[in-house]
Amino acid sequence: MSEAGPRTLFDKVWASHVVVPATADTPAVLYVDLHLVHEVTSPQAFALLRERGLRVRRPDRTVATMDHSTPTAPRRPGVPIPIPDTEAAAQVSALEANCRDFGISLHALGSERQGIVHVIGPELGLTRPGMTIVCGDSHTSTHGAFGALAFGIGTSEVGHVLATQCLLQSRPRTLAVEMDGRLPPGVTAKDLILALIARIGIGGANGHVIEYRGPAIRALSMEERMTVCNMSIEAGARAGMIAPDDTTFEWVCGRPHAPKGAEWEAAVRSWRTLPTDDGAPFDRTVRVDASALEPMITYGTNPGMGIPIRGTVPDPAGNATLQRALAYMGLQPGEQLLGRPVDVVFIGSCTNSRLSDLRQAASVFAGRKVAPGVRVLVVPGSQQVKREAEAEGLDRIFRDAGADWRESGCSLCIAMNGDRLEAGQYAVSTSNRNFEGRQGAGGRTFLASPLTAAAAAVTGRIADAREMLR
Amino acid sequence: MERITRFTSPTVAWPADDVDTDQVIPARFLKGTARSGWGEHLFADRRYDADGRPRPEFPLNRPEAKGARVLVAGRNFGCGSSREHAVWALQGYGFQAVIALSFADIFRGNALKNGLLPVAVEESTHARLLSAPGSAVTVDLEAQKVTLADGMGASFVIDPFARYCLLNGIDELQFLLGQEEAVAAYERRTGPLSGGIPS
Repeated sequence: MSEAGPRTLFDKVWASHVVVPATADTPAVLYVDLHLVHEVTSPQAFALLRERGLRVRRPDRTVATMDHSTPTAPRRPGVPIPIPDTEAAAQVSALEANCRDFGISLHALGSERQGIVHVIGPELGLTRPGMTIVCGDSHTSTHGAFGALAFGIGTSEVGHVLATQCLLQSRPRTLAVEMDGRLPPGVTAKDLILALIARIGIGGANGHVIEYRGPAIRALSMEERMTVCNMSIEAGARAGMIAPDDTTFEWVCGRPHAPKGAEWEAAVRSWRTLPTDDGAPFDRTVRVDASALEPMITYGTNPGMGIPIRGTVPDPAGNATLQRALAYMGLQPGEQLLGRPVDVVFIGSCTNSRLSDLRQAASVFAGRKVAPGVRVLVVPGSQQVKREAEAEGLDRIFRDAGADWRESGCSLCIAMNGDRLEAGQYAVSTSNRNFEGRQGAGGRTFLASPLTAAAAAVTGRIADAREMLR
Repeated sequence: MERITRFTSPTVAWPADDVDTDQVIPARFLKGTARSGWGEHLFADRRYDADGRPRPEFPLNRPEAKGARVLVAGRNFGCGSSREHAVWALQGYGFQAVIALSFADIFRGNALKNGLLPVAVEESTHARLLSAPGSAVTVDLEAQKVTLADGMGASFVIDPFARYCLLNGIDELQFLLGQEEAVAAYERRTGPLSGGIPS
């Protein structure tokens, strides 16, 4: 990349955050604008700070919440929230103590802004175009929907950012994903990203930052863009980004941490300079015709093992990974998933737990009942999403149908908090990972959109939601 | 941080592709707040059955795997979650290196920060490792070379700065703390609300 020539969105955000350029012997020192912290990947990092007598360099650029191991069982206002798992309770207490001791603001369990870290960052206006954002969580890529460079880090790096507000980074390559056309009715952002991962594979974007481009991306709402960027890591990408535009600015405007007045005007002016310049080179390009996509569902044990909802399970043809996946899932090559009974439906996670996701699901639940024998969990991404959903009566639609309306958190996506599948159970989940045991040891996951998940909930089987929308 | 230069160890092979970090250590074990004690949960759902008994067919449970400090894995090892617990579990079990066809990015970074060497090799070297199960390898970080029991050697690529840190027992945090002056200057230049964009 030449500094003078046309530059990509990634090039611009990267360049504006280089504190010390890379040399032949050392990677670049990259500044972090926002560090999001949660209870699972931070305790050892705070312990390191204590061991070395270090402070948190920028508590004002650090925001914490608890989401992974917190219970989502319905609760009553004013009553203390029990955490039955003593280890999880200790982890939650540790985060409270760490935030208190190091001066970090915390949206604690029971507070009105608590939620999944990747839902509350944007919701609070903490996530803004052009920023660098990190968190000890691989789905930090979600925030790239705003034109931020956002990526997951390990606990050692959580310690680095707490202590120095910086990371040592070698420059990733860039991958342009050009999404042509428009998504057909009943085909969602989740289907788009599952289709891309099925095409390029779960290691297909290793070493790259993806920029999602083209008319199909421009037409997406912010929440849909977050769904797309969220799963960038499932293709192995370091991050996923979408250039900010009026859709972005409208969504950010007026949020609690968004700039106000003259500062807002100045911010928007600078954000308008972020999109990739015409002719800027990418290391690789992949083109997808969005208008040819169909609702997607996974059949296997990684997010790249996806097929159109009416498709058939592929023949492993000697591929040991696929053979193992089909054995684990109890599926046969050539079989159609459509019509297969399911035990559990999970609507939630940092991928699909925002208001528009819940509205889509509710459009299928309305006037219908959960099929007998199916357990349905609807888990809003944050307390704010929960309040907004309740204000428009979505909770009543879910409850009347026979679904469980829960408190906000990661819940059944990661199965750390008591919400989990039993061995052998089949679930249709709107989450992001179908790895073996991800939703509980022995549990079997089909990843899909909120529409497909809702259709499975009311029919008790894998179904094509498009038939219910007509 | 301990210095790492070279070591020799028998290998144990589990050459599955796309082994994600949920397989390396399932999320239900991630509730601890310490850095140690993770080794017993390594590959938990593959190593043990639902009743907690070792599955005899899993490579790590075979008698000849005892003492192996090098794991031979497949392609895209460590994909998925960013949990550093995966690295701590591998080290807690006793591994000092993972030799694979390729690694997922976050896992590779986490491994290097803890001194677990992620060694990516070509298919021919990989095939030779698999054809001699359990045989010893020498991993030489200084020379960036693995040497197999049959004498065959193969070079590997590793991030030069991570290599320097590991060879000298320096940790990256120490280096970053040394950049304070540049960081403070950067902050003065960009201002408090700019999100890093020069205003």
